[in-house]
Amino acid sequence: MFGKLNWSAIPIDQPIPMIASGVVALVILGVLAWVVLAGHLPYLWREWITSVDHKRIGVMYTLLAMVMLLRGFSDALMMRSQQAVAFQSQGYLPPEHYNQIFSAHGTIMIFFVAMPFVIGLMNLVVPLQLGVRDVAFPTLNSVGFWLTATGALLVNISLVVGEFARTGWLPYPPLSGLTYSPGVGVDYYLWALQISGVGTLVAGINLVTTVLKLRTRGMTYLRMPMFCWTTLASSLLIVAAFPILTATLAMLILDRYFGFHFFTNEAGGNVMMFMNLIWAWGHPEVYILVLPAFGIFSEVVSTFSGKPLFGYRSMVLATMAICVISFMVWLHHFFTMGAGPYVNAIFGIASMIIAVPTGVKIYNWLFTMYGGRVRFDTPMLWAIGFMVTFILGGLTGVLVAVPPADFLLHNSLFLVAHFHNVIIGGVLFGAFAGYAYWFPKAFGFRLHEGLGKAAFWCWLIGFYVAFMPLYALGFLGMTRRMQHYDVPEWRPWLLIAGVGAVIILIGIIFQIMQLTVSIHRREELRDRTGDPWDGRSLEWATASPPPVFNFAIPPDVTGEDAYWSLKAHAKQQGLEKRELDYKDIEMPRNSPTGFVCAFFATIMGFALIWHIWWMVAAGVIGAFATFVAFAWRDHDEYVIAAKEVARIDRANIEERRALTSLAGA
Amino acid sequence: MNIFDPQGPIAAAQKTILIDSVGIMLAIVLPTIAAIFAFAFWFRESNPRATYQPHWAYSGRLELVVWSIPTLTIILLGGVAWIGSHQLDPARPIDGTGAPVRIQVVSLDWKWLFIYPDQGIATVNTLTVPVGSPLDLELTSGSVMNAFFIPQLGSMIYTMNGMVTRLKLRADNQGTLQGLSSHFSGDGFPDMKFDVQVVPQLQFPDWVARTAQTDRVLNAESYGKLAQQSVETVTSTYRLEDPRLFHAIVTQEIPPGPGPKLTSESAQSHIGGQDVR
Repeated sequence: MFGKLNWSAIPIDQPIPMIASGVVALVILGVLAWVVLAGHLPYLWREWITSVDHKRIGVMYTLLAMVMLLRGFSDALMMRSQQAVAFQSQGYLPPEHYNQIFSAHGTIMIFFVAMPFVIGLMNLVVPLQLGVRDVAFPTLNSVGFWLTATGALLVNISLVVGEFARTGWLPYPPLSGLTYSPGVGVDYYLWALQISGVGTLVAGINLVTTVLKLRTRGMTYLRMPMFCWTTLASSLLIVAAFPILTATLAMLILDRYFGFHFFTNEAGGNVMMFMNLIWAWGHPEVYILVLPAFGIFSEVVSTFSGKPLFGYRSMVLATMAICVISFMVWLHHFFTMGAGPYVNAIFGIASMIIAVPTGVKIYNWLFTMYGGRVRFDTPMLWAIGFMVTFILGGLTGVLVAVPPADFLLHNSLFLVAHFHNVIIGGVLFGAFAGYAYWFPKAFGFRLHEGLGKAAFWCWLIGFYVAFMPLYALGFLGMTRRMQHYDVPEWRPWLLIAGVGAVIILIGIIFQIMQLTVSIHRREELRDRTGDPWDGRSLEWATASPPPVFNFAIPPDVTGEDAYWSLKAHAKQQGLEKRELDYKDIEMPRNSPTGFVCAFFATIMGFALIWHIWWMVAAGVIGAFATFVAFAWRDHDEYVIAAKEVARIDRANIEERRALTSLAGA
Repeated sequence: MNIFDPQGPIAAAQKTILIDSVGIMLAIVLPTIAAIFAFAFWFRESNPRATYQPHWAYSGRLELVVWSIPTLTIILLGGVAWIGSHQLDPARPIDGTGAPVRIQVVSLDWKWLFIYPDQGIATVNTLTVPVGSPLDLELTSGSVMNAFFIPQLGSMIYTMNGMVTRLKLRADNQGTLQGLSSHFSGDGFPDMKFDVQVVPQLQFPDWVARTAQTDRVLNAESYGKLAQQSVETVTSTYRLEDPRLFHAIVTQEIPPGPGPKLTSESAQSHIGGQDVR
């Protein structure tokens, strides 16, 4: 009846997962109870869960990322503390548990923190920057988000029911095959990623179409803000790379469920094929993450320097170069497999070539500051912290791209330090910069500056204290994923790294405080102008938070930095008084399709993991029926009357005018 | 295990490449970091002496410099990578004093098996080599993928079931070194380490003769026991019965090692390990 599932799947005898999941369950139940009892459920359903508004979906993506960051970071704390105590002893985590923790940490941080964070920011900002009313496929957008949430949910269910993969964040066969991993852990991994992978793919398709087809009048390609360019590049990479991931995992699923032999030891399976395929996706993946971060920094550095981005065309060229070259370097993840010198040298050099456009970007940000008036608000602090940290990460990255050096450093903690250096120092700092920068746009009030700066310094210092020791440990020969060790020289470095993790924890506590304090004091932090940072691109031309239709009248773009030139024009001529010609606006209706689809996908995923075949059928039929019902809809748009549009827009213009005259006086 | 204290020519050359590459990159990285701080500080909003150029966003000459600096650095480093990849190819023969020693390495769950086919002996979790001799290693895996690494001798390399990788090393100083597995392979992975005894050339035959006197024999049957998942905390030595054993492992004449035993259902049930199909 229930396949492999029975009561013994719940690890009652293991206190750590039980307590952790108990706390999580209590928090979830508490929040749900509060929502229901306080009568917020209809509001949540109407305004958020069924919303197809790109801003709302962007916010939900970001929220998912931040919640999952807490989970992923708890894993990190457990690993650091385990390695701090596990010197010549077993520590407090047995191998089968420790191995799940580092696998879950990597999986969560990449797929359910970094990905939703950048996709959320792209969703929120790109249509605003392009001067349009929504993304190309609003309902699909909602489906994509909820499928991502399904994946995150499945990973968290594995904490209580069964186990998670013990194979590392990329399940290399044959270890991940049925012979060596007979449990459900790898199945949780596979189905969580297959389902959320579909979500990511549709998000990518959606953003590519939005950037290519929906731009306001005059917004030519070479007038788009840099963030739109990096979104385009990143989304193109998603569209090209994620199908590889899906196919690769599908082959592993066939191996595990139907006795195929793609990647087994026996019957002609080839394990190295998995490594090639997974990295053919995996290397573009790191650029999928970091390119949007580059875009955020371009916006932030230019805004807070009060200058246009230096070398805009160079930046575009560099972005697209990275987009293409990132597909040609995957083999550098396994130089040590013993391929010949030609293969290694060519892939090593190709990997180094990516450093050229990346270096150009650093110099362009540098010269954007030159001749500017640099304001050190929180987003700019993240940007400067990023520039310095990312250069070091780039240095160590190019170092491991030299095959003979990689022969000493591969799979060591040096490598771990390197990719945390670029992912924390690049992607996460970028996401935090974007969070601080666009928060007022999304919610209409700023985040508390003092607490934001405190969080920044804790993260920056914590990062260096936590990861510089790992570089040293790599030189001392320590490999990654060790549950215990007995080399005395390693111990002091691991203790320092543990201290670093605690400093980062303080940073995260500051971030939570920042959010609560800011919500509490939202009236005094209110942004009435819609343009709190003296911004340059079109998202600042509308109110904060923007009305559901974003722009009452689609803006006309006449050059780069569209809003900056509008403001310069207005300063010369005064705000124009003439009556604007408002028209009716058609907006997409809310739809529960995404949520319902994801609900059935969750059932299907869970049933597949536990081999409950009738439930799989129920999930598949439910998801398909939802899709059919949506396809047969009659009304998919509603109209906002011109009068209503005019009322909302005039209120905002009045507000701005009042504030401008106040500033003038 | 410090890679900055190499004990053989391969590790020494790789260390040199590592340090040179870092040096080349620091030459541009340090000035760039300094410039970031300098520009950010000088052009701060509160500095009245800094000139504000709100429209300056392009300079052809600067662009040229900006593209050239990383390009030139990468050309230089690319040369290092090209030459280094060829000179330090793991399979490239190296010379040394004394006769080469052939060693066949098998990674198992979770121990290292070293077969000396020419000497007719085998060891587990301990490797004894003569100082100065070229070591001619052939590596494979008896189960999952793994990586063989003696940090102070250099050149980590993967071991894969059904495949052979080749590695040439040399140890130049007597003493004891540490080796380990550097690719995660399951629950016993952290215990998958071995010591490397580098002995004088003249003592090596003595060690071989002593080892050959052991009454334990390595053949398909005792290998099968060894291939079971277990952690070995003590080292052991064998007399090699069948010199073709390594070949039999590589060609899967001897099947790959079994995974965890599923029959002890109490240990496995909560992970859904029991097979219902």
